[in-house]
Amino acid sequence: MTGPEERGGISDRTGMLAAILIAPAVAYIAAMIGVPLVMAVLYSLSDATTGDPSHHYAGLVNFRAALADPVFRLALKNTFVFALLSQSIVIVLSRLLASALATPFRGKWAVRFLVMLPWTAPIALGAIGWLWMYDSIYSPFDWLYRRAGLLGKPGDLFGAMSNIYWLGRPTLAMASVVIVHVWRLLPLATVIQLAGLSAIPGEILEAAEIDGAHGWRKSVWITIPLTLPIVAIAFLFGIVFTFTDMTVVYVLTRGGPVNATQVLSTWTFFKGIEGGDLAQGAAISLFMFPVLAAIAALLLRMARRAEVT
Amino acid sequence: MGGIRKNLERGGLYARLLLFVTFSAFPFYWMVIATFKRDHDLYAPANNPFIFNEPPTLSHLRTLLSETHFLTYLSNTFLVGAAVAAVTLLLAVPAAYSLARWARRWGEILGIGIFLTYLVPPTILFIPLSRFTADWGLQNSLWSLILVYPTFTIPFCTWLLMGFFKAIPRDIEEQAMVDGLSRLGALVRVVLPLSISGLLTVVVFSFTLSMHEFIYALTFISDSAAKTVSIGVPTELVRGDVFQWGPLMAGALIASIPVAVVYTFFLDRFVSGFTMGAVK
Repeated sequence: MTGPEERGGISDRTGMLAAILIAPAVAYIAAMIGVPLVMAVLYSLSDATTGDPSHHYAGLVNFRAALADPVFRLALKNTFVFALLSQSIVIVLSRLLASALATPFRGKWAVRFLVMLPWTAPIALGAIGWLWMYDSIYSPFDWLYRRAGLLGKPGDLFGAMSNIYWLGRPTLAMASVVIVHVWRLLPLATVIQLAGLSAIPGEILEAAEIDGAHGWRKSVWITIPLTLPIVAIAFLFGIVFTFTDMTVVYVLTRGGPVNATQVLSTWTFFKGIEGGDLAQGAAISLFMFPVLAAIAALLLRMARRAEVT
Repeated sequence: MGGIRKNLERGGLYARLLLFVTFSAFPFYWMVIATFKRDHDLYAPANNPFIFNEPPTLSHLRTLLSETHFLTYLSNTFLVGAAVAAVTLLLAVPAAYSLARWARRWGEILGIGIFLTYLVPPTILFIPLSRFTADWGLQNSLWSLILVYPTFTIPFCTWLLMGFFKAIPRDIEEQAMVDGLSRLGALVRVVLPLSISGLLTVVVFSFTLSMHEFIYALTFISDSAAKTVSIGVPTELVRGDVFQWGPLMAGALIASIPVAVVYTFFLDRFVSGFTMGAVK
């Protein structure tokens, strides 16, 4: 660069200025994300507790203890089950919803506002709404089933008890958590899919129509292949959010009944913060890291490919 | 000829939309009902739960506003959100400008690196960060949240602003500098006014993400007076083991809706941050 860049003064020396401007953000990220990440690793290799946070190297004892713990193994399995199951459902539903929202109709803003609510409202408060819907006595679902004659009398389809106890039975509690994850991430995936759909050039679709591709044919041969990268992005971010989420399980079940819905994040919290075993908690949380690193690598590859095209 | 088919398609579309709206919005309808329903009506398993069987009441709202710390939670949330937005702007604007204007190979890598830190979740960081806040004596203080929340706003907002600044042609600053402004002067007087909508987006995100945050707030704050709505409503409106569902739902509703309205306007920008230029 010549010309205006050559005037004196610090604010005009390019390389220097570029470094000075970016330094505060980089320093903050290093101090508040980088250092804690390293600390988490150090904690996991120590015997630190809330009562005695000093470090004594303890090797892999925390990781061994975690792997030997049946609750940890259940939490690990649940974390994968919740994330994969809910996001598979979300991908299908968000495509249906996105294609509906892509067509013009009256009252679109109101509809959009309503279907986006689960993402735009704080999740802890949404989850509290669900907790009241899953209530063991006053659940509106149970009331509907009772009215429909499916519940509450001997011989009824859902049993003779007057209530389902959504969060009281292991399998149902797991299903309840998955439903809330689907509800929460459907809006985000939908908006991402909408962006993908609107990016398909109109002439491609017109050409397909002229060649006689309608309905499902158009989907299978044109829209699905063309939007595959964006669907993958929606899926990967959905996995990140569900895989690392603690709020839904914490608010709905606290990991119960009898640890049936425990996930890595809640187990980290109960062990590390409530139980005071920092070292054990840190080790449990680090089991999330390989998955997140793999997702980061995938996203990077996709970003690079997007730059090439 | 095509009329019937068109009507069928229209009907199918509305049916689909209705199903989705019901699924997404029902929990909030459920909050509205509980907010205004008398306890006597609320706690009667035989009563139709979807409608008011007795005249609605404002008593839950009164309880929420006068007998709980709800207004304190709201003001805490507001203070934290505003402070986090300010910190985010202060750090992300210069960083994004630097990356947008002078990013060569290393800058590109640095930019992506900053975005990737967004993928490091609070669920891994909260144990070490809880020690930090304890060591610095920030437990039960809003400062602990203001200090930590930029960990998830700065990476994302730097990325977003970078896109904004890249869209502003360099000639505009060059011209300003020929006219005698320094590089920083050009940034402040020329570039920032042109990217007002980008700055506004950053403020809205920082605010909403701070309001949504749960884990750090739950871990750092145990004092009712310092809680934000995200943790205050679910943890404090319970007497012993008894949930006060009326006030609880009223609190959830009041805290959810305004922020949701504002956020809906900015959703598309939020998504453009995620898609990382995959959609052009």
